Amino acid sequence: MTLEVRNLRVSFGQRTVVAIDALDLGDGEILGLVGESGSGKSITSLSIIGLARSLGATVSGSIKLDGRELTTLGEREWRELRGDRIAMIFQAPISSLNPVMRVGDVFVRALRLHGASRAQARDRARRAMEEVVLSPQLLARYPHQLSGGQAQRVAIAMAVALRARVLLADEPTSALDVTVQAEILSLIGRMRLEEGISVLFVSHDLAVVAGLCDRVAIMRAGQIVESGATAATLRAPATEYGRELIAAVPRLGDAHA
Amino acid sequence: MTAVGIGAGRARGVLRRLGHELARNPTLTVGAVVLAIVVVVAIFAPLLAPDPTDAGNATHPLSVLQAPSSAHPFGTDELGRDLLTRVMYGGRTSLQIVVEVLAIAAAIGIPLGLIAGYFGGAVDQVIMRVTDIFLAFPALLLSLAIASVFTPSVGHMILAIAVTWWPWYTRLVRGEAASVVRRPYVESSRTLGVSHARIVARHVLPNAATPVLVQISMDAGGVLLVSAAISFLGLGAQDPTPEWGLMVSQGASYFSTQWWYATFPGIAILITAMAFNLIGDGLRERLDPKRVLSR
Amino acid sequence: MTRFVLKRLGLGVLVVLGVVVLTFLIARVIPGDPAVTYAGPHATPAAIAHARQVLHLDKPVIVQLLDYIKGVVEGNWGTSYRTKQPVLSNIGTALPASIELVVAGMLIAVLIGLPLGVLSARFASRAPDLGVRVVAVVGVSMPVFWLALIMQRVFSGSLHWLPAAGQYNANLYYTHPLTSYTNIPVLDALLTGNWAVLGSALSHLVLPALVVAAYPAGLIARMVRASLLDTLAESHVRMVRSLGFGERALFTRFALRPALNPVVQVVALVFAYSLANTFLVEAVFDWAGLGSYAANSLQALDTPAVMGVTLVVAVTYVVLNLIVDIVQALIDPRIRIQ
Repeated sequence: MTLEVRNLRVSFGQRTVVAIDALDLGDGEILGLVGESGSGKSITSLSIIGLARSLGATVSGSIKLDGRELTTLGEREWRELRGDRIAMIFQAPISSLNPVMRVGDVFVRALRLHGASRAQARDRARRAMEEVVLSPQLLARYPHQLSGGQAQRVAIAMAVALRARVLLADEPTSALDVTVQAEILSLIGRMRLEEGISVLFVSHDLAVVAGLCDRVAIMRAGQIVESGATAATLRAPATEYGRELIAAVPRLGDAHA
Repeated sequence: MTAVGIGAGRARGVLRRLGHELARNPTLTVGAVVLAIVVVVAIFAPLLAPDPTDAGNATHPLSVLQAPSSAHPFGTDELGRDLLTRVMYGGRTSLQIVVEVLAIAAAIGIPLGLIAGYFGGAVDQVIMRVTDIFLAFPALLLSLAIASVFTPSVGHMILAIAVTWWPWYTRLVRGEAASVVRRPYVESSRTLGVSHARIVARHVLPNAATPVLVQISMDAGGVLLVSAAISFLGLGAQDPTPEWGLMVSQGASYFSTQWWYATFPGIAILITAMAFNLIGDGLRERLDPKRVLSR
Repeated sequence: MTRFVLKRLGLGVLVVLGVVVLTFLIARVIPGDPAVTYAGPHATPAAIAHARQVLHLDKPVIVQLLDYIKGVVEGNWGTSYRTKQPVLSNIGTALPASIELVVAGMLIAVLIGLPLGVLSARFASRAPDLGVRVVAVVGVSMPVFWLALIMQRVFSGSLHWLPAAGQYNANLYYTHPLTSYTNIPVLDALLTGNWAVLGSALSHLVLPALVVAAYPAGLIARMVRASLLDTLAESHVRMVRSLGFGERALFTRFALRPALNPVVQVVALVFAYSLANTFLVEAVFDWAGLGSYAANSLQALDTPAVMGVTLVVAVTYVVLNLIVDIVQALIDPRIRIQ
């Protein structure tokens, strides 16, 4: 098991926003974490990479990566881990890149941070760009000179170049056009196959999750109410909430129902 | 429940809310408290000051340039006048200056800004170019230049500074007016025949009120420093008017031996300017739309 | 990029032109007959009439204005009524002294204000933050002329650490005469290897420059703090953290660079504001700069001189804004598109 989360409790002051008893992510698995806005899914992914505290949250529980307990790590150990073992991509990819630095600059610095020499870093960055089907020349651009799809590919390329084990994807396609969305989803799927990355895919969009994820977990008000294999769960949800969620998805031809 | 009981209950409620405000926004509270003290001292100066006549032309040849003592906590000046009294009365002068300058500047600047932003086009261009020209100068220099043209006095100085200050408000209000005018609900109001005046009153003014208020609070400190500087250079208040900047310049020539003369008025300027700035900071924190939305 | 610069330049010229017209009009309001001032206190009516002709006061106002503008462009800024010398050369001697002071002050302000602002943001809501914020508020609320007096009294009068007035020791005029290229003592001394004057000039510069630096330092510290805190909340900072970068990398590069953008804009404005404050400092420290020249000219109702000073200040402000715009476009590539 790559990622094991047990008894995760995240709160802001008195308010508990996440209360997950168990969440598992297997080797090379893509797990979808779905729920409505405010269900706590983003905070969950931020907690797994240890960034919830910087937002002011209190985190307790157990998060194990390949058997190693993360919640007791010091800040320095966390910094070695981030990028290297666990990577994260975000919604609104262009805003997630530093606006005053060339994309390649951040890329190379991140690689060098985790031990590569300058030459190695440049080389790995270039190859990672080719993997995500982007011209390495784009590395010389600034984020606002890229399209949303290109920027998200760059983010994924960084995760690939850094050889992360786990990719946390927080609504990575929500801000993109539908056609671009499809490309990014297929790219993530390919990364799983070729690099063996495990993916935690957070989304409010059931249709997206249905196409990509092996398993799906449904979150509501901070708790996981249901989880299981994607096809089975979405076809026949066991809980009332699950049924409501599925029913709410508009389907072509529904107008006549 | 007696009337006293109800009164006490209300008082306690007010105090509790004040305590709440203090915790939530210490900057604003500290600034407001200090300013309140300054204002109270200024208003009640005739009652609080030890020698009210010393605020004017009085001379006491026997007590010239005396060091601070229990009789004269701030010492005396070269005419023997009590400096504590003059500093207190100086507060009245300074507050009068700040209020009048900002009132005039707003009275000129806001309407001009409304016209420029609302009507746009050539009117807008002309007004904004004029604004740019005025803004091409640091306030102090332009006010000095204008003040130098007239016989030095507090009144002339107020006019000079106000004339320098209005462009900020024009620019601020113009921005607000221009953005509101573009909004769809304004356009539809116009097609329904709503008059310009009503649109300005109902839509533009409320939106512009907050930034203008914040700007005014932030400007107060600046106006105080500029007026003190102009008086220091001799182009503003004249003796016997008690004005802090003037007193610092009067005390400057005695400074090496009689340190108290220039020191206390300067401290008064510093504290009052700090109070204004803290209030400005506090208001900006509280009323800035960015922050309000992020709550 | 060049189109950007040209457009800004064009606007700048327009503003300067407007300033010239405005000052011309203000000068017309100044009481006193310029011909009388020029001719002197004991002039005969004939001398005054002659003065009127020399000063072109007999021509219509519009012609006078156009003549003046033409003169400005050609380098003839009129003759000072007071010194009887060309205004431009007067300003040429006085301006560098003020520039020396303002530049020194701004350098100190940035060197102090920037790190303080970063420190303040790094430890936001903790002790260092509170300390810096208090000091910064004092800085921006400080009456400059009063601070000048205090500093002079304490560091020169009482402690005798630093000299009280002037740009450098007057005795050195004789023992180590300084050849003037730029009229800026520190620069000239450096260029000619005149170490005695250099040392003296630097020590004379310290106090007034510190006083000039008080306001900008406070302002810069506040702006850097606010801008950094805003930037830290943006999503690109979250991404950089997720890559494994720590607080130090954030505060020296990833968060700092985008945060500097609004600060650069303020620095230019403050430069112009500091020029005004230098005038006050010059009065206290007996500094022969533009401020003293302006004060004397105002007192003597020396119209051409006053107009010359006004013009210089306006041009300086416009040039500064242009530099800021260019620097901003260099730092933040998004601006170039506009």
